[in-house]
Amino acid sequence: MNARRSRRFQPLLFGAPAMVGLALFVVLPFLMALVLTFTDQQLISPEPGVFVGLRNYERLLSIRALVQAPERNDVAGTPSFARVRSLTRHEPAYLGYRPLGELRFGEHRVTLLAKDPAFLTALGNTFLFALMVVPLQCTMALGLALLVNAGVKGQTIFRAIYFSPVVMSMVIVSVVWAFLFDKDLGLLNQALGTLSFGLVKPVDWLGNPATAMPAIVIMSAWQGAGFQMLILLAGLQGISQELYDAARIDGASMWQRFWYITLPGMRQTIIFVLIVTTIAALGLFTQVDVMTGGGPRGSTATVMFEAVRHGVREENIAYGATISVVYFLLITAFILLHQILLRRSAKVIS
Amino acid sequence: MPASLDLCDIRKSFGSTEIIKGVSLTIAPGEFIVFVGPSGCGKSTLLRMIAGLEDITSGQLRFDDVVVNDWDPARRRIGMVFQSYALYPHMSVEQNIGFGLKLAKKSKAEIMVRVDQALSVLQLTPLRHHKPSQLSGGQRQRVAIGRAIVRNPNVFLFDEPLSNLDAALRGQMRMEIGKLHQHLKNTVIYVTHDQVEAMTLADRIVVFEGGVIRQVGTPVELYDHPANRFVAGFIGTPTMGFLSGRVAATAQGEGVALDAAGGQAITLPGDLRRVAHGAALTLGLRPEHCVVCPPDQTMLSGTVVMLERLGAETFAFIDLPATPAPVAVRLDGGERSLVAGQRTGLRFDIERAHIFDADGNSISSSAS
Repeated sequence: MNARRSRRFQPLLFGAPAMVGLALFVVLPFLMALVLTFTDQQLISPEPGVFVGLRNYERLLSIRALVQAPERNDVAGTPSFARVRSLTRHEPAYLGYRPLGELRFGEHRVTLLAKDPAFLTALGNTFLFALMVVPLQCTMALGLALLVNAGVKGQTIFRAIYFSPVVMSMVIVSVVWAFLFDKDLGLLNQALGTLSFGLVKPVDWLGNPATAMPAIVIMSAWQGAGFQMLILLAGLQGISQELYDAARIDGASMWQRFWYITLPGMRQTIIFVLIVTTIAALGLFTQVDVMTGGGPRGSTATVMFEAVRHGVREENIAYGATISVVYFLLITAFILLHQILLRRSAKVIS
Repeated sequence: MPASLDLCDIRKSFGSTEIIKGVSLTIAPGEFIVFVGPSGCGKSTLLRMIAGLEDITSGQLRFDDVVVNDWDPARRRIGMVFQSYALYPHMSVEQNIGFGLKLAKKSKAEIMVRVDQALSVLQLTPLRHHKPSQLSGGQRQRVAIGRAIVRNPNVFLFDEPLSNLDAALRGQMRMEIGKLHQHLKNTVIYVTHDQVEAMTLADRIVVFEGGVIRQVGTPVELYDHPANRFVAGFIGTPTMGFLSGRVAATAQGEGVALDAAGGQAITLPGDLRRVAHGAALTLGLRPEHCVVCPPDQTMLSGTVVMLERLGAETFAFIDLPATPAPVAVRLDGGERSLVAGQRTGLRFDIERAHIFDADGNSISSSAS
């Protein structure tokens, strides 16, 4: 009886150190943040926060659409619209809303209004970043892993070189890359100018809303690819050499061996790397904070950046916590969906 | 079409280390050749060179009189079965078998027909949609064979195909491979370190040691007339017993003074004029050519170290003085009373003993 009971508690006992750590540093802070979201707690304030219900969520997530029909002054003229501001100023329903963006449906103009357009822009920016950096970084990592695994001499040295950016502090890497991206003195513009014999004019990489995010994508992929390379390399080395021999005897070209042996053999590893990279990408903060400060014109602000800006710099910790909680739920939902789709597709294949 | 193979002074070096040290061999179309040898003798490397998976450092490899040294494996039209089976884990049985045909851009209908045929030959039809992970060892082995036969290869290469199977299954698969060869009549090269596989399957056995061929011959030739001590010791279970001695004169003519008999000499049959008096000799004794007797009736006596009772037959291993390994004796029905630790005498049929000189080469008249 006693033995059986102890056997039932044994797994829990073994899991306890990790569980306690998780509870203390993940679950508890999250629950505390959850409580904060229902208050108006300031970061450093002698006054305790007051319960405000769902006000923080309402501010964060309120979106409205304003549909306008065109006003035509003359028959052939282009349609013109009344200024949004003139419509919302006196309408109590639009109180606190600011424009986020506009769409056209035929002749109609739809203006999206939000109480916190900066958050929604940041959300878009973050997913855009992930969408760009994950394929780039994972492809780079796979390429590096294949190179390192090709049996070239000095494999260990190359592996160390490719991995070295990972061990550097992101702040330092960001500062260095900010120099590289500099419009007038940066190595990148100098190189482009020299290689094109002056045809390519200097680009203000971090000062232009169109290039700022791609610039951060490139440096982030460079910094992170070494880590994914190591994981992919392990997966690569787990594939039996005899499979490649068998495929050669079956007449598979190098590309076919990659397609029919390497990729299927690394399926689990690649999925793992994609998930890990996506999660890391969705937490983008340091690069933005050091290199652009969210600018130019909010084009590189990310959700984490917004959370820190509100919660720490503006000392509105309750609102910062709200951003974090909503973002957590979004990512959780995203990953669950991803897993379900993956499982379904795996069933279709097998 | 079964191909003939010609190996002409084939060599292989990794860096400065020579692994294959000049192998020449001719293989007739449809022949079942078995490469045997201890681990590291280069037999697998040679097989991979024939397959095209390893470069040939020097020498010529010819298939049907065409030099194929620089051909890639697919062009050589070989089928190969690997030790670990090397089945594509994400493909079903039929996809595994049809993969080569698919890469060769055969029509869907042709692939279907040929895969179906291979599946039915190997009795795999009910398993066609299974993944390799759902198959037993023997079934995986059959899929690997199916993948090789579906391409109608010129030459079949087997690289220790049965070493991952348990003993019972190994015997069964051995028989199936033998039957398959009788049915398909392909040229087969089969690498193994298991001499039972070699003896049962081969038309001719090639014995390797240290990157060179030590002897080529039919299983019976190798058993009855081993060309050297290595082959003599490698072929046959239990291993041939060896007694060392020196050439000496006896009353009846040439003889050998045996270390195990305290230097007493025994007359040898045949002509030993090539060997100088006093030169070292080794006698090789097959277990079935020895008998036990009371210790006082013979000049060889020792202790029984172990009895191996296999049911149909029993072998006694007898430790003799000045002899490194115990000598095996096949017991007839009469000596069942023998127990381990008992002292016993040993007699052998000198007419059937193998005689090896100091370099290990056979000088028996029977070895010619």
